[in-house]
Amino acid sequence: MIQENSEVILTVRDLTANVDGTQILKGLNLEIKAGEIHAIMGPNGSGKSTFSKVLAGHPDYEVTGGEVIFQGQNLLELEPEERSRSGVFLAFQYPLEIPGVSNLDFLRVAFNAKRKAQGLEELDAFDFDEMVREKLDVVKMDDRFLSRSVNEGFSGGEKKRNEILQMAILEPTLAILDETDSGLDIDALKIVAGGVNQLASPQNATLLITHYQRLLNYIVPDFVHVMAAGRILRTGDKELAHELEAKGYDWVLEEAGVGV
Amino acid sequence: MTQVTSLARSSDRATALSQLLELRPALQASNWWQELREQAAARVQEMAIPSSRDEDWRFTDLSPLLQVEFQATSARTEAIEPSSIPEAAQSCLVFVNGTFAPQLSSVEMPEGVSIASLSQSNSEHLQPYLGRQQGADEVFTSLNTASFTDAAVVQIARNAIVETPIHLVFISHTSSQAIVQPRALVVAEANSSVAIVEEYLGFGEDVYFTNAVTEIWLEANARIDHTRIQRENSAAFHIGKTAVSQDRDSHYACRAVNLGAKLSRHNLEVYQTGSQTETVMDGLTIARDNQLSDTHSILALTQPYGTSSQIHKCIVDDRAHAVFNGKVFVPKAAQKTNANQVNRNLLLSPKARVDTKPQLEIVADDVRCTHGATVGQLEADEVFYLQSRGIDAATARRLLTTAFAYEIIDRISIPSVRETLGGLISP
Repeated sequence: MIQENSEVILTVRDLTANVDGTQILKGLNLEIKAGEIHAIMGPNGSGKSTFSKVLAGHPDYEVTGGEVIFQGQNLLELEPEERSRSGVFLAFQYPLEIPGVSNLDFLRVAFNAKRKAQGLEELDAFDFDEMVREKLDVVKMDDRFLSRSVNEGFSGGEKKRNEILQMAILEPTLAILDETDSGLDIDALKIVAGGVNQLASPQNATLLITHYQRLLNYIVPDFVHVMAAGRILRTGDKELAHELEAKGYDWVLEEAGVGV
Repeated sequence: MTQVTSLARSSDRATALSQLLELRPALQASNWWQELREQAAARVQEMAIPSSRDEDWRFTDLSPLLQVEFQATSARTEAIEPSSIPEAAQSCLVFVNGTFAPQLSSVEMPEGVSIASLSQSNSEHLQPYLGRQQGADEVFTSLNTASFTDAAVVQIARNAIVETPIHLVFISHTSSQAIVQPRALVVAEANSSVAIVEEYLGFGEDVYFTNAVTEIWLEANARIDHTRIQRENSAAFHIGKTAVSQDRDSHYACRAVNLGAKLSRHNLEVYQTGSQTETVMDGLTIARDNQLSDTHSILALTQPYGTSSQIHKCIVDDRAHAVFNGKVFVPKAAQKTNANQVNRNLLLSPKARVDTKPQLEIVADDVRCTHGATVGQLEADEVFYLQSRGIDAATARRLLTTAFAYEIIDRISIPSVRETLGGLISP
């Protein structure tokens, strides 16, 4: 939802970043305001996932230039956990399995870390349990998922739903969904999209990173960006996604003068 | 020159062993027990403290043991509060420095259980069991057999299903440099079932040497759920033997948790004497600072239709060193055997070290056997995943390390033991 005079949540200016000494991001610019849903699309190797990892602070990604301002603070100076506590959430493309840590304990530790950082009292196991059970409905998850180890033995769809459950509990200001739709069947996709839509509000913003236009039928973006060669080459509205679906990416790259 | 040196060393090692033997207290025992002692003593006189040239001690250097001049021990019971297990509040047998401590014990045993210290019981009927396990000739086992003056004896009567766990506590509480030789004997008669918690605790900060032997006999269709916890003090030496015989259709499960001692070795040996037995040998070793913690297991599946599973995990930090050697023998007679063995190791520091050697020796051809070992560090991606959810890196590492250990702790059947161990391993 595009709103008049709404607060800028994220500003990215001329961002460059390396992985293993190879430059992947080559001057990326983006601005996201409260209430908005943005989608970044692009071919494989365009740097989409790198961008999401850089925003979340993955140690393997080295920022070499530019800046990222999140709600007035320099995001790049913060540790990954500080970014999370201040309201950045990354739903992973491949959520990790953590044998031996129960989903419920994991969610509670994460939730209370944020509460503590905000100067709020931590929720005890009992109150937290109650809160989680309400959130389960957002992703239509069975409560037996809570007692299982984090993502261990979960199907692809269950892992992605578990990501959205974490998002529902942490209530981020900026949610970045990295290929959350890939590999999902249509029922799981509807559930995941329904969860994301339910959590979107005029106060927060969503950044979808995807390969497929299909997701955007269920989560309707306000802006669609085409990314290739480490930059955003073109920005449009949801119609751009349909155009990409019909015509592919080559024309955008050609118009931007980027070699395919 | 080399030969002279090595001869000199091996004679040092023989001298050191006979000095340990000389520390054994005199004993007024029944004839058969006396005979057992003397036979073992005669064996010890022909032996030496093993060196790293012995294949079984390749990674565990016992030289530090030679540098301590050990003393005989005496019983002390002041200022001791053994860890208690509420589930076993009425079935707890405590030994201090190898001697039964009735004032610390409580033995209102459930029906079908006889529990006693050997020195107080009519022992004739134990003759076929005590010191009769395979592997009894091993040097430290022999030293214990030659030296022990008392033993915890647990007998479960035929068909008795014992719901209350039995807690055997062996405390070392010595002034200095003592050798303590605890001994236990468990006999589960046919169709009986029991859970046993065997715990080694060390008080004080002085160096001492615990040389323990536990023998366990499962008769046909018996079940024993065994938890062994080693929490010696951080200066101690601990060498412990668990020798188990399993008759047909019996089920033996061991969860061994090694936390203490400066240098420790657990020899876990299971011998099958009848078909269709089930054996579980799970282990958890946590070694920090400059601890050395060694587990050697032997599983001899000599009969058909046996099943076994073993998961041994080591968490090694600082400059500590863990050793795992697991032998599984499946000779020709052991057809239709199903044996699995896994050793997983987590190294938390660049100076930490683990030596692992899972060994499967299969002659039978109609079997399913798997084994393997992994050595790794905490996955950077796992730590990042937790960080991305607001959990700081140190907490993330602790959570992941604890989770690694919990795979074993969760298999312990007694809730309060799980809880206590959980508290001990999460700093």
